[in-house]
Amino acid sequence: MPEFVRIDGLKRYFDVSPPWLVRKLENRPRQIVQAVDGVDITIAKGETFSLVGESGCGKSTVARLVVGLYPPTAGTIAFDGHDMAQRRKGSETSALRRRLQMIFQDPYASLNPRWRVFDIIAEPIRAFGLARDKADLRKQVEDLLRQVRLTPADGAKFPHEFSGGQRQRISIARALASRPEFLVCDEPTSALDVSVQAQILNLMMDLQRRLQLTYLFISHNLAVVYHISTRVGVMYLGRVVEQAPTETLFRRPKHPYTRMLLDTIPDLEMTGRQRMPVGGEVPSPINPPSGCTFHPRCPFANERCKIERPKALPIEGGSVACHGIEEGRIPVEERRYEKAS
Amino acid sequence: MATNNPPLLEVRNLRVEFPTRRGTLIAVDNVSFEISPGEVLGVVGESGAGKSLTGNAIIGLLEPPGRIAAGEIRLEGRRIDTLPYEEMRKVRGARIGAIFQDPLTSLNPLYSVGRQLVETIQTHKQLSATAARARALELLKEVGIPGAEHRIDHYPHQFSGGMRQRVVIALALCADPRLIVADEPTTALDVSIQAQIIALLKRLCREHKTAVMLVTHDMGVIAETADRVAVMYAGRIAEIGPVRDVIKHAQHPYTKGLMGSIPHLGERGERLTQIDGSMPRLTEIPRGCAFNPRCTFRGERCLVDRPELMAAGASRAACWLHDARGVGAPVAKEPANA
Repeated sequence: MPEFVRIDGLKRYFDVSPPWLVRKLENRPRQIVQAVDGVDITIAKGETFSLVGESGCGKSTVARLVVGLYPPTAGTIAFDGHDMAQRRKGSETSALRRRLQMIFQDPYASLNPRWRVFDIIAEPIRAFGLARDKADLRKQVEDLLRQVRLTPADGAKFPHEFSGGQRQRISIARALASRPEFLVCDEPTSALDVSVQAQILNLMMDLQRRLQLTYLFISHNLAVVYHISTRVGVMYLGRVVEQAPTETLFRRPKHPYTRMLLDTIPDLEMTGRQRMPVGGEVPSPINPPSGCTFHPRCPFANERCKIERPKALPIEGGSVACHGIEEGRIPVEERRYEKAS
Repeated sequence: MATNNPPLLEVRNLRVEFPTRRGTLIAVDNVSFEISPGEVLGVVGESGAGKSLTGNAIIGLLEPPGRIAAGEIRLEGRRIDTLPYEEMRKVRGARIGAIFQDPLTSLNPLYSVGRQLVETIQTHKQLSATAARARALELLKEVGIPGAEHRIDHYPHQFSGGMRQRVVIALALCADPRLIVADEPTTALDVSIQAQIIALLKRLCREHKTAVMLVTHDMGVIAETADRVAVMYAGRIAEIGPVRDVIKHAQHPYTKGLMGSIPHLGERGERLTQIDGSMPRLTEIPRGCAFNPRCTFRGERCLVDRPELMAAGASRAACWLHDARGVGAPVAKEPANA
C-alpha cells in the first residue's frame, strides 16, 4: 500500500505547571501532561484510518498535530512525502495546507455566528485563491452546498438558522472548499442525534468514494468506527496500543484494552450478552503508570508489565504493544457478530 | 414487566406548555404511560423530543415558564402534579429520587459528599447525626466507592466523573425512594465507566425494588437496562412496548428508522438507513402525524388525522398503518432538505 500520511514517533507534551512564583513558594514541581507519547501511524491513500479511545487518551491531540494546530514536541508528520515541520517558502506551505482540512466536533462552536454560510464556505476558496472571479466563486460555493445536500439558497442564511446536522454539513462543505485530499475528522458525529449521525456518516462515505478522500477519523464510538473505517488504531494514555485492519481488530482483538473497549459496546441484538464492566478508570496522563500504562487495569499483568514499556510488534497486518501477546500468555479470542435482523 | 398490580406511577394525558410571545408551544402533548413497582421504563428520543421535560414534570422541576397545562400524574395513587411546592419537596427525595446527566452540577462544590448525604438523609428520615453518617458510609460502599471511609470527607472536585455519578446515585437512594427518574445518567461518561454505572443502577434497583424511569438518547443503554421502552417524537409517544419487541420488531416507521440508523457490528461499509430531514421545531409541528413529512409510508390520512397509540404487535404505536382503515391513498415523501 502506498503510504500517504506517515506519522513517526509523534509526541506532544503540555506544560500544566502552576506559575513560577507559586512553584517556588510552595515548592511544587513542574507538571507535564504527556498527551501524545510516541505515536506511529501510516495512512494509505483513499482509506479511512480511525483512532479510538476514551477521553483523555490523546486522540484529539493527534488530530490537531496532524493539521498543524499544535507543533509536535518530537517526531515527524509526513504528508505525501513532505515533512510538515520543514521550513519552506510561504507559497509551498499554503499549497501543502490546501490539501488537508479538518472537521471539528462541535458544529455550534466551529462556525462563525456573524458570517453568512456563503462567506463561511467561500473563505478557504478566497484564502487559497482558487476562484477566477466572483461568478466562479459563487458557482463553486453553490456546488459545495449541493454536494452536502443543502440548497444554494441556504448560502444567504446564518448558522443559527440551521440544526446541528445541517451545521455539520456546512462544516463539511467548508472543509471541501479547498479541494483537499486528506480530511481530519475529530468526532464529527458525536454531538448529533443518531438519525442525523447516520445522514452525516452516509454523506462522508459518499464523498469519500466520489472525491477519493483520505480520512483520519477520531471517535470514541466503536460501532461508528467499525462502520466506516478501513483500519483502526486504539489509543490509551497517549500511545497506540493496537492497530489493525477493522475486521481483524473487531474479530480477533489482541490487546487487553481493545478487548475491554469491545466489551463495552451496548448489545442491541439482545443476545443477553452481559457487558463486562471493567474496574478502574483511565489514570492521569500527568503521572502515568510505569511500564505498560494499562497494567493497573489489566487482568493479565505481571512483573514485566509493571517495569518494561512494551514495543509495538507487527501481527496480522497490524501491530500490538503488549508483553502478554508477545509471550503468548494471553489466549487468542475470536468474536462473532450477528447481522441485524 | 407489566402486571396486574396497581401501577406505581401513572401519567395520564400529560401536556407541558411554554407560553411565549409568539404563542404557546406544546412541548409534551398527550403523553400517557405507567410504571409498575420495580420496573425499568426507558424513555428514548432525539434532542427536543420532550423526554427530559416529561421526566422533569414528574419530579416537579419544570423550569418556568414551562408548566403542566393538562393531564395528571399519580404516584402510588396520589396525585402529585398539583401539590404545593413544599409538599412536593417532601415527595421528591423521599418517594422519587432524581439523577441528572452532569454529576458535577448535581453536587454542591462547597460541601463534602458526606455532609450532602447526611443532610439529605436527615431531611427525610429521623436519624441522629451519627446514625445518618453511618448510613451515608454504607451507601457510598454500596455504590462501589473504594476507600469510602476517607472518601466520605472529600469534596466533589476530588472525584472523577464516574465516581461523582456514583455519589449522585447514592444521594438519590438516601431515602429509599420507590421511583428514580434518571435523566441521561451515563451520557457524560466514558464508555467503560458507562458500563459500570449501568450495571450498578441495575443491581441497586433489583435489590431495593426501586422502579426507574430512564431517560436517554442511547438505544444501547435502553436495550441493556429497560423492561419496557417508550419512543418519543416531537412531544408525543410514537411507540411503547416491551423492550425486546420495540428493538427487534419496531412497529412505528420512526422507530424502524431510528433502529436502522444505529451502526451495527456485523455489517460494514454499507449505507446506514437514514431518516431524511430532522425533527420539526415546536413552532412548526405539522398537522396530522408529526412524523409524516419524513415518513416513507405516509398516506392522505396521515396529513390530516393525528394518530393515538393503538395496538401494534406486542407494542402500541401511534401510526395509522396499524389501524383497520389504514393510511389512505399513499402520498410521496417530501424531498430531503426542501
